[in-house]
Amino acid sequence: FAPAALPELLPVFYRRLFPHGPYGRWLSYGGVVKNYFQLREFSFTLRDDVYLRFQSFNSPQELERELQKINPYKIDIGAVYSHRPNQHNTVHLGAFQPQEKELVFDIDMTDYDDVRTCCSSADICSKCWTLMTIAVRIIDRALVEDLGARHRLWVYSGRRGVHCWVCDDAVRKWSPALRAAAVEYLSLVKGGADTVKKVTLSHPIHPFIRRSVGVVEKYFEEYALLGQDILGSPEKWDKVLALIPEDI
Amino acid sequence: MEFSSRGRQKHARLAGDRREQYPHSLQFYLEPPTECISLVEFESFAVDRLKLLKVVENLGVSYVRGTDVYKSKLEGELRKLKFPYRALAEDDYEARRKDHISHFILRLAYCQSEDLRRWFLQQEMDLFRYRFNELTESLMQKFLEHVHLSFEAIGEDLKNELANELSASTPGFSLSKVKEQMFYKVGLADAVDLFRARKVFIKDGFAYVPFKEIDVIVLNNYRTKLSKALALTARSLPSIQSDERLQPLLNHLSHSYVGPDYSVQKNAGRISLDQIDALSVKSFPLCMRQLHRALRESHHLRHGGRMQYGLFLKGIGLTLEQALEFWKKEFIRGKVDADKFDKGYAYSIRHNYGKEGKRTDYTPYSCMKIIMSNPPSQGTYCPFRHSDPELLKQKLQSYKISPSGITQVLELVKGMHYQLACQKYFELTHDVDDIGFSLNHPNQYFTESQKLLSGGREPKKEFNNSGNFQQKNNSQESINSSSTPTSLNAKADTELEGLEAYFTED
Repeated sequence: FAPAALPELLPVFYRRLFPHGPYGRWLSYGGVVKNYFQLREFSFTLRDDVYLRFQSFNSPQELERELQKINPYKIDIGAVYSHRPNQHNTVHLGAFQPQEKELVFDIDMTDYDDVRTCCSSADICSKCWTLMTIAVRIIDRALVEDLGARHRLWVYSGRRGVHCWVCDDAVRKWSPALRAAAVEYLSLVKGGADTVKKVTLSHPIHPFIRRSVGVVEKYFEEYALLGQDILGSPEKWDKVLALIPEDI
Repeated sequence: MEFSSRGRQKHARLAGDRREQYPHSLQFYLEPPTECISLVEFESFAVDRLKLLKVVENLGVSYVRGTDVYKSKLEGELRKLKFPYRALAEDDYEARRKDHISHFILRLAYCQSEDLRRWFLQQEMDLFRYRFNELTESLMQKFLEHVHLSFEAIGEDLKNELANELSASTPGFSLSKVKEQMFYKVGLADAVDLFRARKVFIKDGFAYVPFKEIDVIVLNNYRTKLSKALALTARSLPSIQSDERLQPLLNHLSHSYVGPDYSVQKNAGRISLDQIDALSVKSFPLCMRQLHRALRESHHLRHGGRMQYGLFLKGIGLTLEQALEFWKKEFIRGKVDADKFDKGYAYSIRHNYGKEGKRTDYTPYSCMKIIMSNPPSQGTYCPFRHSDPELLKQKLQSYKISPSGITQVLELVKGMHYQLACQKYFELTHDVDDIGFSLNHPNQYFTESQKLLSGGREPKKEFNNSGNFQQKNNSQESINSSSTPTSLNAKADTELEGLEAYFTED
């Protein structure tokens, strides 16, 4: 589709395609907590990059009407706050605080540019999308088996990646420290463009790593050896050799 | 037989009654004290604990926590201030009672702002960590039971099932060691540091922690409890603040400077005006060196700077006559005519020396007072607090401080340890390893520097709390005397406000 056509297409999108019902039901979380939906912040990006924060609504229906009225290019779901976000200016300083938020993971294909040769930056194809599959499987397994999460929503982000929304009750209440800890737990790759060997492992191998490697192994032959052909040329196999420890 | 044994039991209970209230040398401070105490005890307990926490802060920055030197110094301080320092379950009642009460008093003073809460929490955590680690394993177990930290120890069967995983996940734990030690099932939030670094086995949202790592868990627990308690206390504060006896003390505690106030001019007239330039480089703290330089360069200082620097000079021994001459010479160069000076600025200088208006002899500003001025009221200035780090770096470079020294200073500034940064500046400019005292006051910096330079004290001396903490008796009086100037200074400011209009530029 042509981005220029958005002003025409969006109204149709918000009337016919956008899943207002499930969306609203999800964010209401069964009405268990009073006013949970009303305290949720939404941000809209309109055309020409106009950005509106601290929007909040009394009901999913009101949200639906607003979406159909202003047809935003992008919607961001924010946190659930202590007061209605659209009234945050009436609350005295310091009292308006975020209370809960889902834990969201954002996987972006551009982060894999150094291990794929078929595409780069915003391009994706069926060969390198396997990387995304592997990533999703690794994280999902860790979320369920290690972190004990049950309610995960995986969605395509629209361009070159995938988001995972972890919606468990307990997780929504996680402190910033705990969230950072979870990310660090899942992180193995350290170093930027100037580091060649970005992953260093030592014995004994933590079960998280062992199980993640197990996932990768299922896909490795087809992805790397065939699809990406990592041993197909001297430059390519040199890159691989650079990653292997000396003593092997 | 029955009678005598019952008698013995009764007797034991009576004696044990007091002991039962504090069965351990440390506690989580879950229950506030409920007795009546005198205001004097209230104040002295609070001041002592504040001194203790400041030492904890200092030690934490100067030494690695948990090393022998750290532990022995902290133990020394605890002993000196009569807080519990031995982990054994002895009758340490008085010290434990003091510990209990003083903690709760400081909560009242330190719950009031985010910065205060953070500081208090950090020092209390460090103190707790030290005390907890001093316990033997069995005492630790007893303590954990006592505070109902029901960390579920996992059963043998489960442990055997998970043995391989546990061994692979927990550094330093071979299969045999796993079999020996207890493992506890703990919520992820409690084991954040272990979980984050993948140093523990996790499954289904729980971490399986060996007994060896339990202190980290306990600490996190303590931090959470104390943090919540502080927030709760802050909400109840209005009712406490309405008590006129307590409110001034509590206010003062969190801004307190517990040391000599340099108001009595012991060395009046010992400094001559032509020495000031040299002294500013050798013995002035950075703030005063900067203020002096600014004065020399632009022949003017803003009001706050005049107060801060002027009172400092008074504290180092400048007489009123000298001060008048000093400031007049500068201001005249700055195109303020002599007449205008005599009518305006001279008045305020005489005011500072207690020769006008209320005739109160003003005390030089302590570091706390300067640092806390926010925004720096018309020129009061601590370079470590108020200067942009880049500018600070350039200044220090221009003063020929070594690059590694500058890095250390900037690290401290980043951690908001402004006085410690100044201490480091002292160490670098005087070429000593250890400043040897805890810096709280610009005049103290000057006095100590002069002492050092005139050979009155050995350089590279061991860290000891001379100066402030030994002056326990003086501190009682100085609290009273330095609390009045703070409120009076505020009034003095407003009084002088009227005069400000007299000068077009500030």
